[in-house]
Amino acid sequence: MSEFLQQLVNGITWGSVYALIALGYTMVYGILRLINFAHGDVYMLGAFIGLYASRWFRAGENPNPFKALLVLLTSMVLSALIGMIIERLAYKPVRKSPRLSALITAIGVSLLLENGGVLLFGASPRFFPQIVAQENIPLGLGVTISNQQLIVIAVSFALMVALRWLVLHTKVGKAMQAVSHNHMAAALMGISVDRIITFTFMVGSALAAAAGVLVALQTPKIEPYMGILPGLKAFVAAVLGGIGNIPGAVVGGLIMGIAEVMVTGYLSPTYRDAIAFVLLIVILLVRPAGIFGKAVAEKV
Amino acid sequence: MKRFAALVFILLALVALNVLLPRVTNPYHFQVLMLIGINIVLAVSLNLVNGFTGQFSIGHAGFMAVGAYTSAMFTLKLGQPLVASLSLLPEPVAQGLALLLALMAGGLVAAGAGWLVGLPSLRLRGDYLAIVTLGFGEIIRVLLLNIEAIGGARGLPGIPAYANFFWVYGSVVVVIVLSGRLAHSTHGRALFAIRDDEVAAEALGVDTTRYKVLAFVLGAFFAGVAGGLFAHFLSYLNPSSFTFLKSIEVIAMVVLGGMGSITGSVLAAIVLTLLPEVLRPVKDFRMVIYSLMLIILMITRPQGLMGTRELSLGWLFRRGGAAKEPA
Amino acid sequence: MGALLHLDHVTMQFGGLKAVCELDLSIAEGELVGLIGPNGAGKTTVFNVITGVYMPTQGRVTFDGRTISALKSNRIASAGITRTFQNIRLFSRLSCLDNVCVAAHPHRKAGLTAALLRTGGFERDEAALKQQAMDMLEVLGLAAFAHQPATSLAYGQQRRLEIARALAGKPRLLLLDEPAAGLNPQESEELMRLIQDIRRRFGLTILLIEHDMKVVMGSCMRIAVLDYGLKIAEGTPVEIRRNPKVIEAYLGEEMPA
Repeated sequence: MSEFLQQLVNGITWGSVYALIALGYTMVYGILRLINFAHGDVYMLGAFIGLYASRWFRAGENPNPFKALLVLLTSMVLSALIGMIIERLAYKPVRKSPRLSALITAIGVSLLLENGGVLLFGASPRFFPQIVAQENIPLGLGVTISNQQLIVIAVSFALMVALRWLVLHTKVGKAMQAVSHNHMAAALMGISVDRIITFTFMVGSALAAAAGVLVALQTPKIEPYMGILPGLKAFVAAVLGGIGNIPGAVVGGLIMGIAEVMVTGYLSPTYRDAIAFVLLIVILLVRPAGIFGKAVAEKV
Repeated sequence: MKRFAALVFILLALVALNVLLPRVTNPYHFQVLMLIGINIVLAVSLNLVNGFTGQFSIGHAGFMAVGAYTSAMFTLKLGQPLVASLSLLPEPVAQGLALLLALMAGGLVAAGAGWLVGLPSLRLRGDYLAIVTLGFGEIIRVLLLNIEAIGGARGLPGIPAYANFFWVYGSVVVVIVLSGRLAHSTHGRALFAIRDDEVAAEALGVDTTRYKVLAFVLGAFFAGVAGGLFAHFLSYLNPSSFTFLKSIEVIAMVVLGGMGSITGSVLAAIVLTLLPEVLRPVKDFRMVIYSLMLIILMITRPQGLMGTRELSLGWLFRRGGAAKEPA
Repeated sequence: MGALLHLDHVTMQFGGLKAVCELDLSIAEGELVGLIGPNGAGKTTVFNVITGVYMPTQGRVTFDGRTISALKSNRIASAGITRTFQNIRLFSRLSCLDNVCVAAHPHRKAGLTAALLRTGGFERDEAALKQQAMDMLEVLGLAAFAHQPATSLAYGQQRRLEIARALAGKPRLLLLDEPAAGLNPQESEELMRLIQDIRRRFGLTILLIEHDMKVVMGSCMRIAVLDYGLKIAEGTPVEIRRNPKVIEAYLGEEMPA
C-alpha cells in the first residue's frame, strides 16, 4: 500500500509538470487551432535559461528560496519573450495558411530550437545547480516526499490557480476566451486579436519554462533534446483532457503523470515512453474530443 | 507497340547504366546517387497520401522501417539460401530475383501496416490524423528497438547487398509510372476530389474511406519497397534510421516539391538528398539551416516548387507553354 | 407507396435543437418540388438527411421503396440521388471537366488494377467517362471551359458547373440547394428554364430549395414550406401564395403577385 501511495506522490509530481506544459499547448490550440510542436522546446529553453540565471545570481552557492524564485521568474520572463518572438516571426505569417503548412512551420521551429540549442549549449548534458537544499519529508504510511517534489507541486498548483484567475476574472482573460471562440467576432468587439494571440503564447511559454526549471530541480541533467518526450507527453495530456480546454489540460496532465509512474513501477521501465503513445491512440480512436472537449461538426 | 518499345528502352538503359556507373563514378558519388533514388521512391509514395489525397501522414518512416526489416529478414532467412540453390543462374539474376521477392515481401507487410494504421485513423481530420500517424510511426520504431530477434538497439547487420542501380532506379521508374497512371485515372481523380472537398466527393458517390485507406496502403507499400532497397544497399539496419526526423525529411521533400506534383516530389527528393552533402562542410549548422529552410518555405512559398502541376513531355516540346494541370 | 422519395416522420435533432421536426414529405417520380422557408428553417438539413450526411434521429427516408436512412452518402449517390450545395463545393484544384468526371466515378467499369496496367478496357472506360462529362458540360453551356480550373469560372458559371457535376452522376432524383443564390434576375430566369429543360431531357425528379420566389413559383409543381423545422404548408404555388401561415412565416417578405 505504501508503495502505491509513494508512486502516487511521484505521479502527481510529474503530472503537475505535464499539466504546466499541457496548458501552453491547449491555450495555443484553443486560440489558433495550431499544434505548437515547438512548445516542448520552450520547456527545454526554460531549463537552460534557469541554468544561466542560477550562475548569474549565484543561486547554487548558498541555496536560498529568494534566489531560487528569482531564477524561476527570470526564466519565465525570458521564455515569454522568446515565445513572443517565435509567434511574431514564424507563426503569424502562416495564420491564414492551410493547416499542414502551419504544422510544418511548427515542426521547423521545433527543429530550429533543438539544433540551435545544440549549437549554443553543446550536445552533452549540463548540470543544473542545486538551488534549493534537498531534504526528505516523511508523510507517514511509509511515504516520503522530497521538498523539491513539494515545491514542484506547490508552484505548479499556484501557477495554475493564477492562470485560472487570469482567464476567468481579468479583461485580458476574457479577451482570450473570446478570441478562442471566434477571431472575427472578437475583433469586431474591439479586441486586438494579434495582441491577445501573442499574449497567449507568452503565458504558455512562461508556464513551460517554469516546468523546465522545476524539473531541473529534481532531475539536474539537462540537454537540448530534453523537451521532445515531455512535450509529446504533455500534448497527449492536453488531448486527453480535451484540447482547448484549460481544466482539461490539468486533469490530463495528472492522469498522464500518474499513468506513467504506475506503468514504470508496476510493469516495466522500458514501456515508460510508450504509454503516452498508447494513451494517445486510444483517446483519438475512442473519444477524440477528450474528457472535457466537445466535438465540433463541420457545416455542410 | 509504342509502350513495349518504351519498356525495352528503359530496361536497356537501366542495365547499361547499372554496368557503367559504378565504373565511372567514385563510390561516394555513387552512394549519393543511390540514396537519391531511394528518397525519390519515398517522396513519391508519401505524395500519394499527403499530396493526392490531402491526408496528413507524418509517420511515413514507420512504414519504411517495416519494409526494411521485413525484406532484410526475408533475404536472410529465405533469399540467401535461394540464391545459393540457384547456382545455375548468373549471380546478378539470382540475386535480383531474391531482391525482388524480398522487396515484394517488405512492401506487402508495410502495406498491411498501412492498412492497420489507416483504417481506424481516417475518421480523424487534419491535425489529429497527423498526430496519430506520428504516434504509430513512433510505436513501430519502439517495437523494432525491443525485438531482439531482429537486432533491437544493436541493429541488424550482414544483409547481402543485392540492391544495385538497376533495382533502385527500376523501382524509381515503376513508382513514377504507376503514380502517374493513378493520377490520370478516375481513381486518381477520386483521390484529388477527397483532397479538395471530402464532403462533396462523398456526396457524389466516392467511397472516401475506401480511397483514403487505399492511398495509405499504396503509400505504405512503396515506402516499404524503399525500405527494402535501403536495407539491401546499406547492408545494415538500425531503428535509429527510422525516427520522426526521417519522416520529416520525407515530408519536407513532398512539401518542397509541391503537394500533389509527382515531378515536384522527384525534384525535391534530389535537392534535399544533395543538400546535406553540399552542407557537409558546415555540418554543425546543417540542421539549423534545414529547419530555417522549412520555416521560410512555409512562409513564403507553401505551394512548393511545382504547386500541383506536373512537368509533362508535351511541355518540353511546347516552347513557352505553361505546365498542364493534372487532368 | 408510389412515391420515389418518401420522408416518414423524419426528425433531426442536434443536442437540444430540433432542426427538423417530424417531417412527412412525398415526392413522386417526375415531379419538380420546391422546399422553401425562412433562413434557418431546416431546409438544407433536410437535404443533408436525405443524402446521408446526417442520420435522422427519428423517422425513415425511403427511396424507390428502399430505406436509405442509414446509408452512407456515397451509397445514396450511387443509388440515384445527387445534389448541389448551398455554398459552392467545387473541387478547387481540378479542371471543370475533371470536376464533372468525379461524379461519373460511381459508374466506372474499370478497377484500379486495370488503371495501373492501362488495359484496353480501362482506356475505353476512361474515354467514355470523359465523353459523358463533356456532354454534360455542353448541356450546361460550359464546354469551352472544360480544361480550365473550376475556380476560374464566374460565380454563375460555377453554380452551373455544380449542376453539371450532379447530373453526371446519372441521378433519378436531383437535389438543388439554392441554385439561384447570387444570380441576377436574368440569370435566374435562364436557370429556371434550364432546370425545366434538364428535367424533361433526363427524366429527372427534382427537389429544389430556393429563396428566389420567382424561380420557385415559376418552375415548381408543388411546394412544401418549412418554418423552425416544421412543415407548415404544402400545395401548389397558388395555394402556397395565399396561405396565411406561410405569409406570417415570411413576415414582410415580398411575395410576387
